[in-house]
Amino acid sequence: MYSEKVLDHFSNPRNVGEIADANAIGEVGNAKCGDIMKIYMKIEDEIVKDVKFKTFGCGAAVATSSMATELVKGKTIDEALSLTNKAVMEALDGLPAAKIHCSVLAEEAIHSAIEDYYNRLGIKNDKIKKCSGCCSSCHAHDE
Amino acid sequence: MFFEMFFLGTKEVRGMADRIYMDNAATTPIKKEVLDAMMPYLTEEYGNASSIYAQGRSAKSALDKARETAATAIGAKANEIYFTSCGSEADNWAIKGAAMGWKDKGRHIISSAIEHHAVLHTLEYLEKNGFEVTYLPVDEFGMIRLDDLKKAIREDTILITIMFANNEIGTIEPIGEIAKIAKENKILFHTDAVQAVGHVKIDVKELGVDMLSISAHKIYGPKGVGALYVRNGIKLDNFMHGGAQERARRAGTENVAGIVGFAKALKLATDDIEENIEKLTTLRDMLIDGISERIPFCRLNGHRTQRLCNNVNFSFEFIEGESLLLMLDMKGVSASSGSACTSGSLDPSHVLLSIGLKHEIAHGSLRLSIGDFTTKEEIEYVLDVLGPIVQRLRDMSPLYEEIERGIRNV
Repeated sequence: MYSEKVLDHFSNPRNVGEIADANAIGEVGNAKCGDIMKIYMKIEDEIVKDVKFKTFGCGAAVATSSMATELVKGKTIDEALSLTNKAVMEALDGLPAAKIHCSVLAEEAIHSAIEDYYNRLGIKNDKIKKCSGCCSSCHAHDE
Repeated sequence: MFFEMFFLGTKEVRGMADRIYMDNAATTPIKKEVLDAMMPYLTEEYGNASSIYAQGRSAKSALDKARETAATAIGAKANEIYFTSCGSEADNWAIKGAAMGWKDKGRHIISSAIEHHAVLHTLEYLEKNGFEVTYLPVDEFGMIRLDDLKKAIREDTILITIMFANNEIGTIEPIGEIAKIAKENKILFHTDAVQAVGHVKIDVKELGVDMLSISAHKIYGPKGVGALYVRNGIKLDNFMHGGAQERARRAGTENVAGIVGFAKALKLATDDIEENIEKLTTLRDMLIDGISERIPFCRLNGHRTQRLCNNVNFSFEFIEGESLLLMLDMKGVSASSGSACTSGSLDPSHVLLSIGLKHEIAHGSLRLSIGDFTTKEEIEYVLDVLGPIVQRLRDMSPLYEEIERGIRNV
């Protein structure tokens, strides 16, 4: 089952909420599949000054959102974009196999927010990974 | 609005004894009287019931007594009770045994969309092996329609298998009427009564069912024992092949202690059933009314009245079931959900989808199943903690955010 760290981040999630003057907002997943992650960021001078999240989903979805926001807070955009689902998982001392897709979703949520930041500025960035919107493609990462 | 405002306080670590167990539809503890009845057959009276010497005879006599007790509890004759290793085995045997025994007459079976997996997966196996199955849909309360059943009957229909009561939403199906229709059309009728036994008054003769599955561990008996009632004269192929136990119809050395415990549990569950149903119904309704009154955006799943006296099932919008279970667990409450994350697949429970719930609503379901040891105080505690937990999860949910802002309408 879940590691102590996952349970800790689930029961005391870090960075929950919204940012009123966010300049980067991303949302991935869908309600049908049972998980949605929404990330708010305040980016200044290419640095993630603040980050918050809201998540509809299971324990792992909440914990990965919490950990992912912790890992990108205060980092540069490039550093945030290089965050992998693996790094989120490792930071949580692992996830059950059936929950690996939650970490993928967290990575995609970060990318989605940064994409929004660039879109607002009218800049293209080829480092951004896209959520296909199809949950089964994400769940296929389970193995 | 910040999350910290809704923090529920430090995690309560409760010992097992202090925990509030609201998952009696999953399994129940063994009652002391049941364990006491079993103990001698685990220690001194260890004989194999097939042996001729004293210990064997003692085991055989215990089996005979247990069979008589179990039969009386459901209005059957002793020679119509066959002990199995569990409810799933009873279902497997009834369905595969009937299919194999009657395949020359026809290969069509009728069932419902909301059966337990012990029935559904058995039927899927038969479908891969040349049988055809019609799954009757259910209405929004989980009830099959008798007209649908009548229309589904064909020349080659050999078996109808429809559950007595649903394990997730507690809906009680019209078993007597189904049995009548089956009889009129000379079709075998099996019902999985694993959840119903002990919670609904059952007399197999009055109902007119041909086969009925029971499990011991749902009624305060041990795990690893079940029974199949098979009306005398019913042709049924064997499922478990081997020795001549159970009148040569179900092989395997009898689990004497388990069977003795099962019979005792069944007796306890049926002796004062009316009183027990009344007591549980009062507690159940307290829980249902309390949740409906205190928590907005929720819906009761299942039928309001044609419902098991121990079952409560709600969907809470904008939140997901596993999160809900984890938070309840941290508050010392054991419950279950039909969300995808708890079903181990991408889809939420087939039962919740069959009653017409949208995926996102089905993901947020919670089943609380009370039992003989549930108290009024426990119900009050659950009502006290559930509301804040649901609100806490909603405050984290991007779906609820839209509701609050009035972007989405419910």
